[in-house]
Amino acid sequence: MAAGPMKMRASLGTGFTDVRVLMTHPMETGLRKDADGKVVPQHFIQNLTVKLNGKTVLDAQISQAVSRNPVFSFRLKGGAKGDKIEVSWLDNHGESAAIETVVA
Amino acid sequence: MKALAFGAALALSCAAYGQDVAKEIQRYRQMVAEGSPAELFELEGEELWKKPQGPKSVSLQRCDLGEGPGVLKAAYAHLPRYFKDADRVMDLEARLVHCMVTQQGRSREDAIARLFGTADRPSELELLSIYIAGQSRGVRLEPGMSHPKEKASYELGRALYFHRVGAWDFACASCHGDEGKRIRMQELPVLYKPQYARPVMASWPAYRISTSQVITLQWRMNDCYRQMRTPEPDFGSETTVALIHFLNATAHGAPYQGPGNKR
Repeated sequence: MAAGPMKMRASLGTGFTDVRVLMTHPMETGLRKDADGKVVPQHFIQNLTVKLNGKTVLDAQISQAVSRNPVFSFRLKGGAKGDKIEVSWLDNHGESAAIETVVA
Repeated sequence: MKALAFGAALALSCAAYGQDVAKEIQRYRQMVAEGSPAELFELEGEELWKKPQGPKSVSLQRCDLGEGPGVLKAAYAHLPRYFKDADRVMDLEARLVHCMVTQQGRSREDAIARLFGTADRPSELELLSIYIAGQSRGVRLEPGMSHPKEKASYELGRALYFHRVGAWDFACASCHGDEGKRIRMQELPVLYKPQYARPVMASWPAYRISTSQVITLQWRMNDCYRQMRTPEPDFGSETTVALIHFLNATAHGAPYQGPGNKR
C-alpha cells in the first residue's frame, strides 16, 4: 500500500512555479487500534525532497499529523518551461517513492 | 439601554464570526478541490477496467455504458439512462454490475459481494466509478429523459425524495428540504432546487477526506437510508437509481467537475 501511485502537476506563473503533488500513503499515527484492539503501528512520511533540475530546493520534515493520502502544494521561485521537477518521500519504515514531471 | 447595545454588538460580532468561518471553509474546500486524492484512484480504476476477470476471463472494455461498447467519454454525465438490453433505467453502478454478469460471466452475488470498501482497499465498483466518472470532466450532466421509463424513473425519484418512511418518518426532504439548514458545520443542500443540486451532483463520486475513502452515489443513497433507519435498500435497485436519476436530472446542465472531495 505504501508505495502507491503519485501524481504531480507543475505550472508556470510569472516568476514562480506552482507545484501540486498527490501521494498515496496510510500515514498511521500509532494511536489507532484495529478491529482486534491491537495498536496499528506508526507509519508515516518523514522526509519530503523536491529537486529542480537535480538540485535540491526543498527538504521538508513532516510528521504523523499530516492526513492519509496527502496533497502538497507549494511555490518555487523561478523555474522555466521544460524544467525537471522531482519529488520524493521517505517514510519511517524506510520505504520511499518518487515522481518527476516537466514544468508546463 | 447599555445592556441592549452590548447585546446587539455581540450579535453582530457573532454574525461576522459565522461569516468568517464559512469563508474559511469555502477557502479550504477550494484548496482541496484543486488537488483531489480521488485522482490517485483513477489509475487503479483504469487497471481494473482493463483486467480480464470472471469465468469468461474478459475485461469490461466492451461494456456499453450508453455511449456504445467501451466508450467512456461523456458516459457518466449521461447516466442514469434507459438500456434496451436490460429493459430498465440504470445508473453507473447498476450498469457495471450488469456488465460483470453478462460479459464476464460472474454471478450477481459475486459482483456485489463487496460493495463498499475501506480506506486501505476500495471496492471494485468504487475504483471503476472514479475512473469512469473522470472521463466525463467538463461534460454537462444530461441524464436520459426521453424514454417513457426514464420519465417514470425521474417521477419515482421525485416522489421518493419527498416520501416519508420508516420508524422515524423521514424523507430526503426532511434534511434537504429547507434552505439554511446544517448539521454542525455541514450545510445541507436543498437538492430538489437546481442551483443547489448542480455543484453537488457535479462532484460525485468523490474522495471523502474524513475517512480517506472513495465514495459513490449508491453508497450515499444506502447511507442516507441507514441514517433514516429504513431497511437497507438493494444495491442498484429501482429505488436508488430513481433517486440518483431525479438528483442528476435536477442538476441538468451542470458541467461535470468530479471526481471531487467530500468532508
